[in-house]
Amino acid sequence: MSNSILEMRSITKTFPGVVALDKVTLTVERGEIHAICGENGAGKSTLMKVLSGVYPFGTYSGDIVFENNIKKFSNIRDSEAEGIVIIHQELALSPYLSIAENIFLGNEIKTFGLIDWNKTNQEAAKLMARVGLEENPVTAIKDIGVGKQQLVEIAKALSKKVKLLILDEPTAALNDEDSAHLLDLLRHLKGQGITSIIISHKLNEIEAVADTTTIIRDGLAIESLHMKQDSVSQERIIKGMVGREMENRYPARNPEIGDEILRVEHWNTYHPIDRNRIVVDDISMNVRRGEIVGLAGIMGAGRTEFARSLFGHSYGTNITGKVFKSGKEIKVKTISEAIDNGLAYATEDRKRYGLNLIEDIKRNISLASLKSFVSKGLVNNNEEFKKASEYRDSMNIKAPSVLSITGQLSGGNQQKVVLSKWINVNPDVLILDEPTRGIDVGAKYEIYLIIQRLAAEGKGIIVISSELPELLGICDRIYAIAEGRITGEVLRKDATPELLMKYMTMEKGRS
Amino acid sequence: MSAFIERGKGFFDSIGERLQGVNLRQNGIFLALIALVLFFAATTPNAASITPTNFSNLVVQNGYILVLAIGMVMVIIAGHIDLSVGSVAAFIGGVAGILTVRPLEQDGWDWLPALPWWAGIIGAILVGAIVGVWQGFWVAYVGIPAFIVTLAGMLLFRGMALLTLQNSNIGPFPDEFRAIGNGFLDKEKNFNTLIGFPIDYNLTALVVTVLGVVVLWIAVLRQRSGKIKYGQIVEPRTWFYIKNIILSAMVLYVGFQLSQANGIPITLIVLAVLIGAYTVVMNRTPFGRYIYAIGGNLHAAVLSGIDVRKVNFWLFVNMGALAALSGVLIAARMNSAVPKAGDGFELDAISSVFIGGAAVQGGVGTVTGSMIGGLIQGVLANGMNLNSVGIDIQMTIKGLVLLLAVAFDVWSKRRK
Repeated sequence: MSNSILEMRSITKTFPGVVALDKVTLTVERGEIHAICGENGAGKSTLMKVLSGVYPFGTYSGDIVFENNIKKFSNIRDSEAEGIVIIHQELALSPYLSIAENIFLGNEIKTFGLIDWNKTNQEAAKLMARVGLEENPVTAIKDIGVGKQQLVEIAKALSKKVKLLILDEPTAALNDEDSAHLLDLLRHLKGQGITSIIISHKLNEIEAVADTTTIIRDGLAIESLHMKQDSVSQERIIKGMVGREMENRYPARNPEIGDEILRVEHWNTYHPIDRNRIVVDDISMNVRRGEIVGLAGIMGAGRTEFARSLFGHSYGTNITGKVFKSGKEIKVKTISEAIDNGLAYATEDRKRYGLNLIEDIKRNISLASLKSFVSKGLVNNNEEFKKASEYRDSMNIKAPSVLSITGQLSGGNQQKVVLSKWINVNPDVLILDEPTRGIDVGAKYEIYLIIQRLAAEGKGIIVISSELPELLGICDRIYAIAEGRITGEVLRKDATPELLMKYMTMEKGRS
Repeated sequence: MSAFIERGKGFFDSIGERLQGVNLRQNGIFLALIALVLFFAATTPNAASITPTNFSNLVVQNGYILVLAIGMVMVIIAGHIDLSVGSVAAFIGGVAGILTVRPLEQDGWDWLPALPWWAGIIGAILVGAIVGVWQGFWVAYVGIPAFIVTLAGMLLFRGMALLTLQNSNIGPFPDEFRAIGNGFLDKEKNFNTLIGFPIDYNLTALVVTVLGVVVLWIAVLRQRSGKIKYGQIVEPRTWFYIKNIILSAMVLYVGFQLSQANGIPITLIVLAVLIGAYTVVMNRTPFGRYIYAIGGNLHAAVLSGIDVRKVNFWLFVNMGALAALSGVLIAARMNSAVPKAGDGFELDAISSVFIGGAAVQGGVGTVTGSMIGGLIQGVLANGMNLNSVGIDIQMTIKGLVLLLAVAFDVWSKRRK
């Protein structure tokens, strides 16, 4: 016990009407990488907010013991002073400031009250070397990628003499290469004696990097697994998270594929600002009724750009190409035109592009199809309520009422609201961009069932996903996209991760 | 992490669900308004603040700000602002003067016949809508922030007001025109004489007030029964009745007071119609819903197929028309169109909206809330005047009230 750096003893935290944490006990050994897993809404982030002082002492019950002393943090500065630094999923960097300025933001190196820029940049360069970030310290944050920004956050933590580093979903927005680099860095920091807590949905990463995994479910700490000793598998973790053996992460289905419903021919799109850069390069593809078609590609391959340019030209300039629905050419120049022609697009970033978070569930669901609730020029609020409640039941949206504010829902439930919204426009073709991003295993399964149900109703479904197992698990046919072009098309029975990866990384000169 | 854990459903949930129907913020400022009225009733000499004449004055003195606030709350919910409305009101006052009084014959306007009062009002509002077309074009289709467009408009239309009025005043207006700002419904008590009702109370005012209360009850009861029929959570029954009985009593009291003065001001009728109509627009029409959606999350609104530019454009056209109506009310009340009219009114309208609970970031706000916000300011100014409080102290207090009202809003949100 004396070797533990952190002990959270019997932590209980309640919100009005909800017990978010119920006597949770967490022990973190010095110098380990400790993973915390759990479904969305299980209480992981709440636990970390208690630890870092976001929820100050007095608003929870139980003890936080850090380095053998009971701590009573009343804000984040208190916990940072002890060497506990949390890096949130949404990075807290200022885009127009330099890397060095961001690293020392709030913690500036000063002589006689003035910032010593030479020393700042020099120290920043040292910290950047420790995290393996090869950039000029004076480069602005907005000019480096998300993966590098994540490294800046870690360098910032190091500047605060971090002892316990907490990372909330650090790889959610990163591509595979950046993720791998980040995980290496965590191992490296571990070698330097820095303890890490990592919250992640990506079980393969946890399997690769964690020494111990604590599973939280419904506000309870279910179990702590020693990854190496017990040779814990991903299936074992999933079992703990969902409280049941989940043999198949993807529901079984017998596809009934009908006639072609959508065909796109020679689709080209250019970058909206850099107008000479081609983003979607001569893509032709099709979807049939009842078919789930996947679009695979590494980040930046042009999948989202293709989908959004198709959906009412909502991305890009100088868009050319033809779209046919059931063999008849249709126009999709504006979003309302696209919707009227039976297209729907559920965005990859539901908080920024999908939902009005300050508005209730009902009004979010009805927004794209508001006209269908109108009679004599007025919206029928009661019919709208009824319809939204039907979706709440059929989609299993966990909320006391459809008058609940969407910003207060968990990621999985928000995603169900987004899907409800688009199902209610009664589309023939649904484009789902990263439909399960940032949501937990149990909710993912539910989303898959919904997708399959929509396909069974005869709709054509296009799924964009960065997770290859997901595409392989639910799609009937997969297009691989690289650098804006389709580089391969494979049927489910022929598809392997290796084959798709080969197509996805195919460079222009080589084909 | 504020997900709803289903098994945690218990005592707290039932209270939470019960409170859900009760809009604390809205009821809070409403109570603040009542408290303010009571405070001045107790402190003003001879209870001058609750005399029939004073109620009448309150309405006609604040009517033009409230009309501006209706348009302003819509603009603010969509995430914009309009700084030009005071200047537009002055400009339109001048336009109304030219249309109905026509004193500029010597300057080449002699081809223009003096229009009847109603055509003058319609014409003035149309010109206001054209002003809105101008501003809406720059905001919606060119994409210049409304702050800039309307800051420019503030100067531009003040200049236009000076140009139109040739740096002097136009007046007096025809009596019918004046009535909209200064007149009363059946001031001569013809209805009393007809029926033989005691002459102390204006019968028309009493009848209209009672009708108003009946309409209010029909509306709230229909809404409630509709919600219950569809299994929605409604306010607790006792709270619902208490609230609406208090509300009705207040309406009846005000009506009773007005009946002892000159009767119901025409301005009040205009306002009541506008408040009712715009409440419906904001809650029940796609246009109103789109305004909330745009203010709440612009990107999501665009991707939901909403023609954001069109909504923004019409928002400013609407604001222009309402600013014009406000200008007509001002001119009618002063019986003269003057270039300095409406100076600073945009700030009063904006304050009303924020005191009334709208969010600076957009997406939140109500027409009725803004009306209460406007009345709080009006009652405050009126009460302080009656207490002979100097303009220096008045401005200080007005500033603090705005700040504290918004601070209260921020605090109550943070507690959640």
